[in-house]
Amino acid sequence: MGKLLGWVDDRFPLMKMWNEHLAEYYTPKNFNFWYFFGSLALLVLVIQIVSGIFLTMHYKPDGAAAFASVEYIMRDVPYGWLIRYIHSTGATAFFIVVYLHMFRGLMYGSYKKPRELIWLFGMFIYLALMAEAFMGYLLPWGQMSYWGAQVIISLFSAIPVIGDDLTLWIRGDFVISDATLNRFFALHVVALPFVIVFLVIAHILALHEVGSNNPDGVEIKKNKDSKGIPLDGIPFHPYYTVKDIAGVAVFLFFFSVVLFYFPAGGGYFLEHANFIASDPLKTPAHIAPVWYFTPFYAILRAVPDKLMGVGAMGAAIVVLFFLPWIDRCKVKSIRYRSVVYKVNLIVFAVTFVVLGWLAMQPVTDTITNLSRLFTLLYFAFFVVLFVTSKNEQTKPVPDRVTS
Amino acid sequence: MSTDSVNNGKRRFLVASTSVVGAVGVGFVAVPFLASWMPSERAKNAGAPIEADVSRLEEGRMMTVEWQSKPVWIVRRSEKTLANLEESTDQLRDPASENVDQQPEYAQNMYRSIKPEFLVLVGICTHLGCSPTFRPDIAPADLGEDWLGGFFCPCHSSKFDMAGRVYSGVPAPTNLVVPPHYYVTDTTIIVGKEGGNA
Repeated sequence: MGKLLGWVDDRFPLMKMWNEHLAEYYTPKNFNFWYFFGSLALLVLVIQIVSGIFLTMHYKPDGAAAFASVEYIMRDVPYGWLIRYIHSTGATAFFIVVYLHMFRGLMYGSYKKPRELIWLFGMFIYLALMAEAFMGYLLPWGQMSYWGAQVIISLFSAIPVIGDDLTLWIRGDFVISDATLNRFFALHVVALPFVIVFLVIAHILALHEVGSNNPDGVEIKKNKDSKGIPLDGIPFHPYYTVKDIAGVAVFLFFFSVVLFYFPAGGGYFLEHANFIASDPLKTPAHIAPVWYFTPFYAILRAVPDKLMGVGAMGAAIVVLFFLPWIDRCKVKSIRYRSVVYKVNLIVFAVTFVVLGWLAMQPVTDTITNLSRLFTLLYFAFFVVLFVTSKNEQTKPVPDRVTS
Repeated sequence: MSTDSVNNGKRRFLVASTSVVGAVGVGFVAVPFLASWMPSERAKNAGAPIEADVSRLEEGRMMTVEWQSKPVWIVRRSEKTLANLEESTDQLRDPASENVDQQPEYAQNMYRSIKPEFLVLVGICTHLGCSPTFRPDIAPADLGEDWLGGFFCPCHSSKFDMAGRVYSGVPAPTNLVVPPHYYVTDTTIIVGKEGGNA
């Protein structure tokens, strides 16, 4: 065994990579609950790729056959229902995990110098993931697939001058049709997964270059022993691999509960209208995107102007990219930041959830007014952060991690 | 090769010119791939005109026909509905249908139709492409007391009147589209083609 390893190592940096990224990657010893979600996101990515490959073996990306082929997977393919529900539950799990992972970044200032690029790669992953989820949602070719795609593609028509030609180019037809379905299939199963995997590698390489942040926001590389090993660091393997496996077990428990007992998630994970084949003549009476897009959808709906609405929705996502520069406070962790920041972040988190809820309600004047209020609150987070973070009243940050 | 004889200016020029030529090449190669996303010849040829028989359409009712995979609505409006169209013009964004892209010339009138009685519209919201719901009822609870009948988009609550004219203060920017159409007989409409009666 040792001989074989030596033979490989002479020709390929196997042990070098193992050590760099696992056995000798020194990680702060004070990771808490919030640090599960990075490795869980990786796990869900693998689940999606594997279940997706098997779905592709039975699915037909054809406007005339797509809906029936999904029914076929659900009813006739052995364990087809299981594989499809794994994939659809995985989509929801992916966004839950990613949102918690991003919230962790906000709490502990993980996007701050020197980790700005990690945040940017992460934001691009999030963007690619939204595109991946959106295109995947068209494939079952149900009513929600069709009209959801119609609305999202029409967003581009708000762009002045080129808008109409751009939507025509994206659809490949004058309406959503077989051509659209076919190209979304290609992007969903080939192009975007490549992009996501590449970005994930970049995300992790950038992380391992500068080292992980931690709940205290202290740089562990500042205090090293005589061998150059951080005093507050422990090797990722075996310490955090074992910890993460415990997280995986808990995660899979919840995943299985949804998978086996609530695969449609009460209409939130798989919307009821999508069990009806697409009909280009009739929009479902109540149309809302899948839950993970709803906060942004609420912002779109809140603005009574097409271009401004689409612009506001885009801005809500784009502004996140600039977080490392909007937040000008030198202190990273929420533990040592001011009450203003704590309140601001809590309001932001609540706003995000409330916006999501609002987007799922049928439109009334009250809902519209509330959507407008919470849209303002969403953007207020960034304004307040920018203004207050420069001269924030912070607590003294310890030199070493605390627990 | 000895390093002291390196001509750096020449080297920079060669690197820059090779990069530019390469970039132009990549640009040219990208064209066929990007162009392949435009509608195919087959897609362009689809969408022939269709014929609609409105003889059995009752007053106040709407029928839907399919043209170019899009819903086309035909509504038979009553005298009262037509009279109402003059009422609320101050609440509309484009009451006189001045945006010429939204209807053919022969429908650029108060009723947005050839015959006032029959309204022909593409049933796709000009906001984000949902198909609005036909709501001919006057002053229903959910749409308010001012509602004189029209079309309501469930996606983003855009409102249109009984001539497909958009209300102000809603997300949709323009009136609903009137497709090219003409009458072959008194009760037969061809949708998707200009006729001689324009």
